[in-house]
Amino acid sequence: MLSIKDIHASVEGKEILKGINLEIRAGEVHAIMGPNGSGKSTLASVLAGREEYEVTKGSVDFMGKNILELSPEDRAREGLFLAFQYPVEIPGVSTTNFIKTALNEKRKYQGLPPLDAVSFMKLLREKTSLVEIDKSLLTRSINEGFSGGEKKKNEIFQMAMLEPRLTILDETDSGLDIDALRIVANGVNKLRDETRSIIVITHYQRLLDYLQPDFVHVLLNGRIVKSGTKDLALELEEKGYDFIKDEFSLTATV
Amino acid sequence: MEKINLEYFGEKFDRLQTLDPDNFMRAVRKEGFSKFNKKGLPTFKTEEWRYTGVSELFKKEYHLSTDESESAKGISKSQIDEIRLPGYENANELVFVNGKYVAELSVIRSSNDDLIILPLEEAANGIYKDLVNEHLGKSALFVNDAIHALNTSFIYGGIFIYAVKKQIIANPIYLYHISDATETHILSQPRSLVFMDVSSKLQLVESYHTIGSMDSFTNEVLEIVMDTNSVLEYYKIQNDHVNASQVGTTHIRQIGKSYAHTVVVTLNGGMIRNNTNIIMEAAGNEAHMFGLYLLNGNSHVDNHTLVDNRMPNCFSNELYKGVMDGRTTGVFSGKIYVRPDAQKTNAYQTNNNILLSENATVNTKPQLEIFADDVKCSHGCTVGRLDEEALFYLRARGISKEHAQAMLLKAFAENVIEQIKIEPLYQYAEQMITERLGD
Repeated sequence: MLSIKDIHASVEGKEILKGINLEIRAGEVHAIMGPNGSGKSTLASVLAGREEYEVTKGSVDFMGKNILELSPEDRAREGLFLAFQYPVEIPGVSTTNFIKTALNEKRKYQGLPPLDAVSFMKLLREKTSLVEIDKSLLTRSINEGFSGGEKKKNEIFQMAMLEPRLTILDETDSGLDIDALRIVANGVNKLRDETRSIIVITHYQRLLDYLQPDFVHVLLNGRIVKSGTKDLALELEEKGYDFIKDEFSLTATV
Repeated sequence: MEKINLEYFGEKFDRLQTLDPDNFMRAVRKEGFSKFNKKGLPTFKTEEWRYTGVSELFKKEYHLSTDESESAKGISKSQIDEIRLPGYENANELVFVNGKYVAELSVIRSSNDDLIILPLEEAANGIYKDLVNEHLGKSALFVNDAIHALNTSFIYGGIFIYAVKKQIIANPIYLYHISDATETHILSQPRSLVFMDVSSKLQLVESYHTIGSMDSFTNEVLEIVMDTNSVLEYYKIQNDHVNASQVGTTHIRQIGKSYAHTVVVTLNGGMIRNNTNIIMEAAGNEAHMFGLYLLNGNSHVDNHTLVDNRMPNCFSNELYKGVMDGRTTGVFSGKIYVRPDAQKTNAYQTNNNILLSENATVNTKPQLEIFADDVKCSHGCTVGRLDEEALFYLRARGISKEHAQAMLLKAFAENVIEQIKIEPLYQYAEQMITERLGD
């Protein structure tokens, strides 16, 4: 589904990603871990199409298309979804209206007619209960005055509505209490099937306990330095990143 | 050129003084004209006109109509139909052509028990004589300005509106200002007086329409006097041609404890200057002032507001917002005076601007002059681009860049537009903004 080959990316002339390779097949969940500043969020931004990140080398193939050539909106319409680490507050734009617009622009791109009001409301009701989000939030402006937990739930709710093929959860667990984390993780799990894939960017084991990733990758200084199964995450939780740093510098010097 | 204009104004002035020999009005006009001549046209050195080169407008030769019968010629009812604003079925529609009230084209729906509408000259000689004498022209005491004085020099053909005591006037007043610029450049100088008696409520709407391809210049003064417990909603909608320029002064005096609510929306025009003045002459007055300027092309829009706190315990809040595209210029100048007697004043002011183009300009200038010590005043202005983070967020959900931009701008404009409390007019304003933004 997603094939990242030797991606190098910089922001304001500083190289952050220094050759990332990653293969994700349909239905898989990949966790990306790594210390602060290792390039995790940059990778998410590059995939979603943030313009301030310049890709200097490499390619990203998403279901047969080179998405680096697509605008952020076309990437989304192709089925890529970024759950933001810091969802923006947008006063004056109602959440419902926003999601309806997004959904219908995606449908238009796919050659489908817009959803009528009744079908839309039905879908909305279905998905609100799926991700346990308070309906009253949807009539409010996007994320305006939402708590940290509500913002993250709103991201998962949007994911549920847009049904992406590939979701990138960018530190979705940060700032969540235990209950909110469980609700968000349950929401993501309910949306999983063999056709959809997920990249989970996180610092912590907690979210991975719920999501049970197929693979865990460690990002260090702009490169994936170690990949493994979910046991790798447990090992990291126990030992910290230092053992990898040691191992990596050792390998590097050899 | 300027000289020609001044001579022309002199001739026209003399003619009007002969035409209308009413002593009171003659005196007001005379004072206006001598002030105009004494002050001369503003230049860029005139502080109040620093960013708006109004003198440019006087370099053209305008036809100034001082004759009522001449004004209305050529304007048909069907032309009025084209400019009627939504909600007109329920409104008192008062038509001005080239600055003069035309009764035949107007429709008054309120009863005489609620609302009196009379030609100004008639009011000045009838039972409202005292009110007119007391209040007409009093804005000159607060506005020391040649353009205002030019309007005063030609007071004729306007109306007097009287909201009767304790009457909640159900039918709003729509003032349509038509400039007939089919044959010549036209200068219109509407001048009217509104008196709101104790506990009356009134909604007043003004709009501007130029017919023809020559230039129009409207130099308007509207004086509104509010007595105790009166409530005013005032709306100005400017969406005229690019050949239509305007200096419009709305001068509201709250002589009794009252409530004023103003919304000025500017979507199109040539050079536009709006003066919205609130004079708080009684304790406990309240005023809420809103403005939106959404500009493209070469439009120049200047909003000057004045809140003059002269008595204690007054409250005012101002929110003006601008979006400038193309080669447009936006100006906001917000003056707040707090006089020594105006203790416990609360006065707030905000001006937010978004620049969409490299060639657009905005000048924003808060001016607070405070002479009392127990007051709460604040002002804030911002100038920036559209929020890139918000734009990316919307795009990352599959919404096109253009559509996302329109959504954000509409949201930006919305908290001004929603202040229009006449529902069909609100819908209309929203629709025009949506069309403009291409959402």
